[in-house]
Amino acid sequence: MAVTDAGRLNVSRDRWYNNPLVRSIFFQVLLVAAVLGSVAWLAHNTTTNLRDRGIASGFGFLNQRAGFDMVTFLNVTAESTYGYMLLAGLVDTIVVSILAIVIATILGLIVGVARLSSNWLIRTIATVYVEVLRNIPPLLVILFFYLAVLATLPDVKNAIQIGPDFSLSNRGLFMPAPVFGATFHFVVIAFVVSLIIAWAVRRWAYARRMATGQGFPSGWAGLAIVVAITGVIYLLSGDPLTFDVPVKTRFNIIGGWDLSPEFTALFVALGVYTASFIAEIVRSGIVAVSHGQTEAARALGLRSSHVLRLVVMPQALRVIIPPLTSEYLNITKNSSLAVAIGFADLVAVGNNVLNPTGQSIEVVAIWMAFYLGLSIIISVAMNWFNARIALTER
Amino acid sequence: MTDMQSQGDLSYVRQEILKAAPPPMRVHGVWPWMRTNLFGSFGDTILSIVGALIALWVIVPLLQWTLINATWSGDREACAANTAGACWAFVKANFGQFIYGRYPDPERWRVNLFLVLMAAGIIPLAIPSAPFKGWNLVYIYVVFPVVAGILLVGGVFGLQLVETQVWGGLFLTLVVSYVGMAMSLPLGILLALGRRSKMPAVHYVCLFFIELCRGVPLITVLFMAGVLLPLFLPTGVNFDKLLRALLGLSLFAAAYMAEVIRGGLQAIPKGQFEGAKSLGLGYWQMMRLIVLPQAITIVIPGIVNTFIGLFKDTSLVYIISIFELLYTVRNSFSDPTWASSTTPASGLVFAAAVFWIFCFGMSRYSKFTEDRLRVGYKR
Repeated sequence: MAVTDAGRLNVSRDRWYNNPLVRSIFFQVLLVAAVLGSVAWLAHNTTTNLRDRGIASGFGFLNQRAGFDMVTFLNVTAESTYGYMLLAGLVDTIVVSILAIVIATILGLIVGVARLSSNWLIRTIATVYVEVLRNIPPLLVILFFYLAVLATLPDVKNAIQIGPDFSLSNRGLFMPAPVFGATFHFVVIAFVVSLIIAWAVRRWAYARRMATGQGFPSGWAGLAIVVAITGVIYLLSGDPLTFDVPVKTRFNIIGGWDLSPEFTALFVALGVYTASFIAEIVRSGIVAVSHGQTEAARALGLRSSHVLRLVVMPQALRVIIPPLTSEYLNITKNSSLAVAIGFADLVAVGNNVLNPTGQSIEVVAIWMAFYLGLSIIISVAMNWFNARIALTER
Repeated sequence: MTDMQSQGDLSYVRQEILKAAPPPMRVHGVWPWMRTNLFGSFGDTILSIVGALIALWVIVPLLQWTLINATWSGDREACAANTAGACWAFVKANFGQFIYGRYPDPERWRVNLFLVLMAAGIIPLAIPSAPFKGWNLVYIYVVFPVVAGILLVGGVFGLQLVETQVWGGLFLTLVVSYVGMAMSLPLGILLALGRRSKMPAVHYVCLFFIELCRGVPLITVLFMAGVLLPLFLPTGVNFDKLLRALLGLSLFAAAYMAEVIRGGLQAIPKGQFEGAKSLGLGYWQMMRLIVLPQAITIVIPGIVNTFIGLFKDTSLVYIISIFELLYTVRNSFSDPTWASSTTPASGLVFAAAVFWIFCFGMSRYSKFTEDRLRVGYKR
């Protein structure tokens, strides 16, 4: 019985179409052919359609005059080229994302720690914050800040003053703008040089501690070096940094930096929304460090600041950092919601370029290249960082 | 020896009975609770005061705006005159539009029936102990879509034809999320299996697709579906805008779903695969009978989280002019019969409340399944 069974198995294996290798090659060839075939078919359709509509493909349009104006950080006019417009949109995306990331990180850290507080009231407030914001669409948060909060602010005449030089009105947030004098670059150079010196001191202190066991307050020494060198050069080069303070005239505010309502609504909304996710990440990271670690560190005689810095934080960060970066990427991607409130980010500018030129494929390609490039850069950096902090086991 | 011990010096034995210790401080009741949770130490007390101030600073104006000073009835004049409170009269007047969009009035029973049929499919599926899960899936994937399509579009069985252009509001949001959820799960499973495949071509095709979708914002995918898809298809071939949006959203969600499922697949011990193979199961049998049931059960919370993300993302399909809930609400702000300074805030708060109820419900469900799954590991 057994012998005949074994024989039958052998027979069925002998059929060439049951050979796993043959099957694997067959399916892969089929898949590749299907993918290439559909790509070729789509490309053929696209070229036919473009020819019919008289649209020239290629990136030549980037050098043409745009003919429309937008409010961006870079100075664009109707005479700017499409390419420069898109660059301005890209800069806006980056600026908005960085500001939102700063807000989200600070707020998320506070709320995340507050969720673990032993104080019932603080814990409840943090929980309500997280549960409310996590469960509504980011677009709605942005629209709420733009249409319901900022639009109801007073006009310029009755602007809310925050301190002497900041004012908030329905025209946005006005603040003093730094003006860099001619000799300011000396200060920048001095700052960089002092940073390098401080780093060298830190390296030396570390090497000495490893060799002799003697400590050295390298952090304070480094701070002193940076402050002293930069300060001295700043004074020597003749106080090159001044501020352009916004001045209120009868109908308007002139000078200083004006953060437009769209921009303010976007980065505040993104920051506040994403903070709810970061809070959960921070909380789970801290919870993930077992209590035994804290107790063991205490038993070794570490001070409580050292327990946090040397034992808890490194382990919590190992859990926190990977999802945190993906939240940062989400902020960058969500900043494309700017299109809904008319802030000129990469997607909104692209949308404006796409309509008059019809170069939809090129514009979408530029979007994809930027966002994909960013994702890849961040995930490569992340992998490097992860490998550095990964648990070293035997 | 024993005698000496028993009769010996017993001075170390206490002679008189100790006084009763004072009773322990109460651990139940309001004051002990407040002492442990609010006023445990000096710092704690300060935190409590700060927290109370924050809560008052938010809650009092919120209550005033939403309830005490709100305009509950009347028309635009009443709302424009009262800038201190919400304009619920506006929401009440437009409620039908927010739910049904521009779906013709006499046909709204079809939408209501659709919602009931949808609930009838989803609720038993979500209850773990409800029987007939297999038939439930058949209903979700075959019966319900066909019936719902006929019911909503019409044009047959004497039902009046209703173009998808006039669909809108909450009901369209639900249609879009239902299709997105129903499509993204099987697509995500296939992509996840493909990404873990040992065949290099399959692996790289799936990897490329997943990373492409996850790397770009949904808006650009919807732009592709709305603007580029007509360019990609042969001249003259064109299909419904709603279908294009659904396609884009489903593929986008499938990429995220694939990563969640992959997490579940990775958590299955190698022995399960080897055991299945040694029993003589083929690849698909092994996946269908042994691996996927375990892998999907582990990641149900992750799947529900992806569904929550998808539900929130439906608010973006307005980009290719699909009038889902949020856009319907926004659109009504420009209605001259209701334009006032408080209408945008009122409408947005209403939309936020609707989105919140659905998403919060789903997140509670995700928590419930998570706790249910953990039972096996608790012991």
